[in-house]
Amino acid sequence: MDGTAPRKLKVATTSLAGCFGCHMSILDIDERLFALLEKVEFDRSPITDIKEVGQCDLGIIEGGVCNAENVEVLREFRRRCKVLIALGACAVNGGLPAQRNTLSLPLILQEVYRSEPGARYGLIPNDPELPLPLNKVHPLHEVVRIDHFIPGCPPPADAIWKVLTGLLEGKEPALGHGLIHFD
Amino acid sequence: MPSKVRNAPDPAQAAATAMARHRHDPLELLQMLRDVEEACGWIPPEAIDCIEARLALPRAKILGVASFYSFLHLKRAGRYRILFSDNITDRMLGSLGLLDRMCRGLWVERGKVSEDGLVSVDTTSCTGLCDQGPAILVNGLAVTRLTERRVDDICELVRDEVPPGEWPADFFRVEDNIHRRDALLGTPWLPGRALEAALARSPEDLVAEMKASKLRGRGGAGFPAGLKWQACREAPGKARYLVANADEGEPGNFKDRVLLANAADAIFEGMALGAWATGARRGFLYLRGEYRFLLDHLEAVLERRRAARLLGESILGREGFDFDVAIHVGAGAYVCGEESALIESLEGKRGTPRNRPPYPVTQGYLGQPTAVNNVETFAASCLVALKGGAWYAGIGTPESTGTKLVCVSGDCEQPGIYEYPFGVEVRQVLADCGARLTQAVQVSGPSGATVPAAEFGRRLAFEDLPTAGALMVFNERRDMFEVARNFVHFFAHESCGFCTPCRVGTSLLRNMMDKLANGHGSPYDFAEIGKLNLLLQSMSHCGLGHSACNPVLGTIAKFRGAYQRRLAHEEFEPAFDLDRALAAARQMTGRDDAAAHVRPETEETA
Repeated sequence: MDGTAPRKLKVATTSLAGCFGCHMSILDIDERLFALLEKVEFDRSPITDIKEVGQCDLGIIEGGVCNAENVEVLREFRRRCKVLIALGACAVNGGLPAQRNTLSLPLILQEVYRSEPGARYGLIPNDPELPLPLNKVHPLHEVVRIDHFIPGCPPPADAIWKVLTGLLEGKEPALGHGLIHFD
Repeated sequence: MPSKVRNAPDPAQAAATAMARHRHDPLELLQMLRDVEEACGWIPPEAIDCIEARLALPRAKILGVASFYSFLHLKRAGRYRILFSDNITDRMLGSLGLLDRMCRGLWVERGKVSEDGLVSVDTTSCTGLCDQGPAILVNGLAVTRLTERRVDDICELVRDEVPPGEWPADFFRVEDNIHRRDALLGTPWLPGRALEAALARSPEDLVAEMKASKLRGRGGAGFPAGLKWQACREAPGKARYLVANADEGEPGNFKDRVLLANAADAIFEGMALGAWATGARRGFLYLRGEYRFLLDHLEAVLERRRAARLLGESILGREGFDFDVAIHVGAGAYVCGEESALIESLEGKRGTPRNRPPYPVTQGYLGQPTAVNNVETFAASCLVALKGGAWYAGIGTPESTGTKLVCVSGDCEQPGIYEYPFGVEVRQVLADCGARLTQAVQVSGPSGATVPAAEFGRRLAFEDLPTAGALMVFNERRDMFEVARNFVHFFAHESCGFCTPCRVGTSLLRNMMDKLANGHGSPYDFAEIGKLNLLLQSMSHCGLGHSACNPVLGTIAKFRGAYQRRLAHEEFEPAFDLDRALAAARQMTGRDDAAAHVRPETEETA
């Protein structure tokens, strides 16, 4: 120990098949962000615009897994982050994007790209730049191991704050009454 | 040329007939829908139109009820609807192979209606014929002892469109298989004798005898029957009701079926005793849909008892002692065995369990005091009335008086019904039924206890192993993990869907067990199963959710090795193949570049 302030925790965040609403909820912790920045340093995140995730203590992921790129990013986060949090309904359950799970993927592509006559409707996009969709949308924990879940659409800022401060204090985070609901 | 299945009747006519038969009483909605289903083979929208208009019920309510029960179809079903009983005991007798054989023979995919609308083949929860399985239901009627030969015969009958009523009677033969009789099954019944004995004294005296007998509920929970009758008698209300619970849905149980077939008089006489004791004037027998084949017999017994003045007005000539019984038939919902769900179902609603308290004994059918007893409890009450509470209390153990019908199935020479005084050792039952090299028994069905060989000295009694009757035997060759997995599938199928912890939790537990079975298990998944069990136990609305994890907890505690073997991976891995999950998109786009694949995790990290 050199007597200086303790090392800041490194935190990375990303959105997979999500709407960034959960990230808005992160911003919604408002002025407490300043207190948080005393203790954490953001790695890859829309806040920093860093594109590659480095070795982190904590990864926070919004959105489910709907395509090949999501799988890759999620696995990258799992490898680089000691602790992974699934943030919000889509990450926890698949959420809105998972509503397509009752339909077959070929049927959906057919309907979207081939249902109108004419040349411009004839092709399903096949550019290698575009990630291929999985046949179903999955919650994060069906693809990698997840350590903590924060439910909600989006989760309230207070719930995010409670989990983060809990983890910073080295406690097992628990939302408890008022911050978690069934149905 | 065999006669063909008749053309389905006009849906509107079927609905009108059903409503008239049930006096246009909305409380009878479920019974009406059952009638329409029996007449048409499904519930056509036109029939719902008629019921909606005539009974002035919201369409959503009718659809809500119809969609709750698995034997009611809102989409056109096959003219022949074949359901394989899917208890573990049926599987041990080869039911899944026979199901495949039937699907092949009829050119139909499991769970789908054939293209010509002729037939559908699927599975259903245990049909209560574990001692003579594999069993199926054909248009609601039970066919027993399936063999390859019988499957082929059935395929031919279906293809020739021979009505099930003209099939060989032997197919529908249901044996009683009673191998040991004691106080209840060994007593010859003279209808009316127990009632005469009771009527010689006051209702209060009968309640006192019942309390002295210490007779406890035979459905599994073991609530003292005398206390229940007294509470019902004393609860304030405009009317009192009695309900005999014959919704025997717990897999492995079939003693209600045997009692109904053999001792229906004792059951109805017990109900009349209950009426004398509580002051009830109306009673119901709730018969599970799977036992539809017993309905005509039971109605005949009721008719005979009415003629003998053992039911109806002024029973045995006693002015003011009026009591009659109506039979309600269920439609394939295990949860309706729970007494408050059963009452909801009696009232023509979805079988969603109520909040308890208040208990049915103060606020039951139509909000009035209602005593719900298992049919075996009612039958046993006749012995109390005939021979006295003290005599009855002398049988069995101090806390579990009397005898119990035990339903033995699985790996043994003589499956069937064995009646023992309470307190019998598991070992004794196994010796009597000819079970060898037994690894474990499941007592009281999936929601009960898994008992390994080292504990066969334990006793069937409320002090040790409480039971509704089922005792499924598993020999050394059986995989206890697969037993638990079958039970978990059962609960996921039967969850009523009302509360999230059970609706979602039972499905998650099922998926977890399947993941282990499919070779994708890791210690992480095992820990997740533990968490789910806790959640189900602590958060569910009713007993179904509370006990859904029992088979898993029991087998983990006693047969941990069966799980350990399946935790093949040290690290978490998905339950499905990620690369294969992209196959459809690859095919649609014609892509096969590197980004169109998901590499195995090990390759990436290397």
